[in-house]
Amino acid sequence: MARNMAEIRSYTMNFGPQHPAAHGVLRLVLEMDGEVVQKADPHVGLLHRATEKLAESKPYNQSIGYMDRLDYVSMMCNEHAYCMAIEKLLGVQVPSRAQYIRVMFDEITRILNHLMWLGAHGLDIGAMTMFLYCFREREDLMDCYEAVSGTRMHATYYRPGGVYRDLPDTLPKYQPSRFRSAKEISRLNEARSGSLLDFIDDFTARFPAAIDEYETLLTDNRIWKQRTVNIGVVTPERALNLGFTGPVLRGSGIAWDLRKKQPYEVYDRMDFDIPVGLNGDCYDRYLVRVEELRQSNRIVKQCVDWLQQNPGPVMIDDHKVVPPRREEMKGDMESLIHHFKLFTEGYCVPAGESYAAVEAPKGEFGIYLVSDGSNKPYRLKCRAPGFPHLAALEEMTRGHMLADVVAVIGTLDIVFGEIDR
Amino acid sequence: MNQALEQLAETISGRFTGLVARVESRCGELTFEVAPTALLTVCQALRDESDWHFEQLIDLCGVDYATYGQDEWNTDTATFRGFSRGRETPARPATDPSQQTGSAEPKRFAVVYHLLSVQHNRRLRLRTWCEPGEPPMVDSVIEIWKAADWFEREAFDLFGILFRGHPDLRRLLTDYGFIGHPFRKDFPLSGNVEVRYDPVKGRVVYEPVSIEPRTLVPRVIRDDNRYEAALKDAPKHGPEHG
Repeated sequence: MARNMAEIRSYTMNFGPQHPAAHGVLRLVLEMDGEVVQKADPHVGLLHRATEKLAESKPYNQSIGYMDRLDYVSMMCNEHAYCMAIEKLLGVQVPSRAQYIRVMFDEITRILNHLMWLGAHGLDIGAMTMFLYCFREREDLMDCYEAVSGTRMHATYYRPGGVYRDLPDTLPKYQPSRFRSAKEISRLNEARSGSLLDFIDDFTARFPAAIDEYETLLTDNRIWKQRTVNIGVVTPERALNLGFTGPVLRGSGIAWDLRKKQPYEVYDRMDFDIPVGLNGDCYDRYLVRVEELRQSNRIVKQCVDWLQQNPGPVMIDDHKVVPPRREEMKGDMESLIHHFKLFTEGYCVPAGESYAAVEAPKGEFGIYLVSDGSNKPYRLKCRAPGFPHLAALEEMTRGHMLADVVAVIGTLDIVFGEIDR
Repeated sequence: MNQALEQLAETISGRFTGLVARVESRCGELTFEVAPTALLTVCQALRDESDWHFEQLIDLCGVDYATYGQDEWNTDTATFRGFSRGRETPARPATDPSQQTGSAEPKRFAVVYHLLSVQHNRRLRLRTWCEPGEPPMVDSVIEIWKAADWFEREAFDLFGILFRGHPDLRRLLTDYGFIGHPFRKDFPLSGNVEVRYDPVKGRVVYEPVSIEPRTLVPRVIRDDNRYEAALKDAPKHGPEHG
C-alpha cells in the first residue's frame, strides 16, 4: 500500500476560472509534482465575445466602444490603435491639438493601468496595502476620464479624425455631505476649481511623491523580493521569439518601445526615457513598470504645458468622415445630409489593408484592418499584447512552485478582455 | 522611411524570385504574398539572414475572403415600405469570383503574418493562401517563431485552418465541444445554438437559436473619388511636422 502511494506523485490541479489571482477568468490546468509545476495548460476563451466578428457587422464608428472593452484597464489606448488604423486607410491627418490630447490620455491610461497592475499584483503576492494606495491615485485619473467623455471607464473619446470634444474648462466638484466636513470638502475641491488641465497639472506635481510611497513599501521589501527575484526569468532571445512586447520585453533587457522607435502622434516631440531590466525576472518587470509611471508623468506634464498654450481644433473638418456640429446641423441643409448619412450608413473606407500599433501599457496593441471599400470593416484583427504573454505561461512557470505561478500571472499583466476578445 | 522600405522590398523580391509577389499598399506598408510551398523557407530566411532579422512574429491571423467586395444592398429604388430595414443576409454567401486568379477552385482562406525586426526597426506583412479544399491547410511556423503557437490555435479555432506541423492544434477561444468555425463568413453572427439552464432536466441544454439574424446597417460600397488624390501622393500618417 505504502509502495503504491509513493508511485503516485504527479497529479493534475485545476486553478480558476474563479480564483482571485487568476485576474479574471483564467482556467489553468496544472500538472504538479508535489508542489512543483510540471506542465501548465491555460484554458482561455471564457470571456470570448467575438468582438472582431461583431465589428464586421457594424459601420466603423460603432465599434469604437468595443475597443474600450477589450483591455478594460487601458481603454483609450485600444481606441487609439483602432482610430489610427482607420485614419491610415482614409489618409486623414489629425490636428495637432488632438494629437497632444491623445498622447496625454494615452499616458494617463498607462498610469491607470500600471496602478491597477501594481495594486492587484501586490494583493496577489501578499502586499494588501498597495491596493489601497494605488486606487487613491486612480480615482483622480478616473475623474479626468469622466470630465472629457462622461464615463469613467469606457470612454469612446477618440474618433477617427481627432477626439470627440475639447478638454472641459470646469470639473465636477465634491458636494458637502454628512460624511465629510466643509473643511475637508474645500481641501478636496482645491485642485478642481480650475480647468481640467489645471487639475492634471496639479496631479503631475504630486504624483512623483505618491510613486515614492509605493516604492517605500515594495522596492526594498524583503518579502516582495523573495516572491519576485529570479521568478519567471526570460532571456532576451526567448522573449523576442515568444512575441513579447512592452514592459515584459523591456524587463528582459531589450530597449524596444514603439513610442521611441516608431513614434506616432507627437511622441517624437516628447522627452522621456525607456527603462530596461537586466535579469528578466518578475522583480525587474516590477521596476520597469514603476519607472514607466514616472516617465508617463513626465509626458503628461509636457502635454499639459503645450495644451495650455495652444488652443485649436481637435477634430478634422471633413464632414465626409466626421459629423458636423450640432448648431450647424440646425441651420444648414448640407450639414443635415452629412449628419444623416454618417449616422445611418457611416463612411466608406477605401479598399486596402492597414496595421496600426500603439505602445499600450501592456505592450504592442495593434489593429489589422482589411477594408473592401465598404462602410464596415471586412476583417478586423486585434493584436492583443497579453495574448502571446499568456501563451508563454507554461514556459515561464515550469519547474517553479505553485505559489510562483501566481507571481508570474501577476507580472504578465494579463486582462482577459483583450486575450479572449 | 519610404526609401528604406523600397530597399527592403527590393532585397526580398530579389532573394526570393518567383516565390513572393509584392502587394500594393495605399498606406506605406510592405506586403508580400508568399507561395504556400515556400512559406517555411521564406520565413526561416527572413528571421535568420542578417539583411532582415525579423525576430518577432507580432501577429498571425486568418482571413476569410469569401464575401470580399460584395455589398448587401444593390437597389436604387425604394419600395412602398421604404428601404427595407434589416435586410436579410443570405444563408450562405456566394464565393466572389473576382478573387480567383488562375486556379480552378476559388481562393478563400488566407493567413496573414505580421513580422517585426527589432534590430532594423522594420515591419513586414506576409500573406499566404491556404491550399484550396476543405479543410484549408498551410504549414505551421511554430518552429521558427514560438509565438505562433496560440495564434495558430486561434486561427484553427475561428477559421478551421489546419496548420501542418503544429504539435497541439486544439481549439482555443470557443467553448468545449463547440461545432463550427465562427469567424467564417458563412457562420451566422448570432451563432447556431443557444444555451440555457433547463430546470426540468436539471442541467444546461443547447438548442437552436431563437433569434433571427438581422442586418441593421447594410454593407454598401460607394464609388468614391475623394481618395484618388490621396492614393497618388505619399502616405502621410504619423506626427505632423512644422
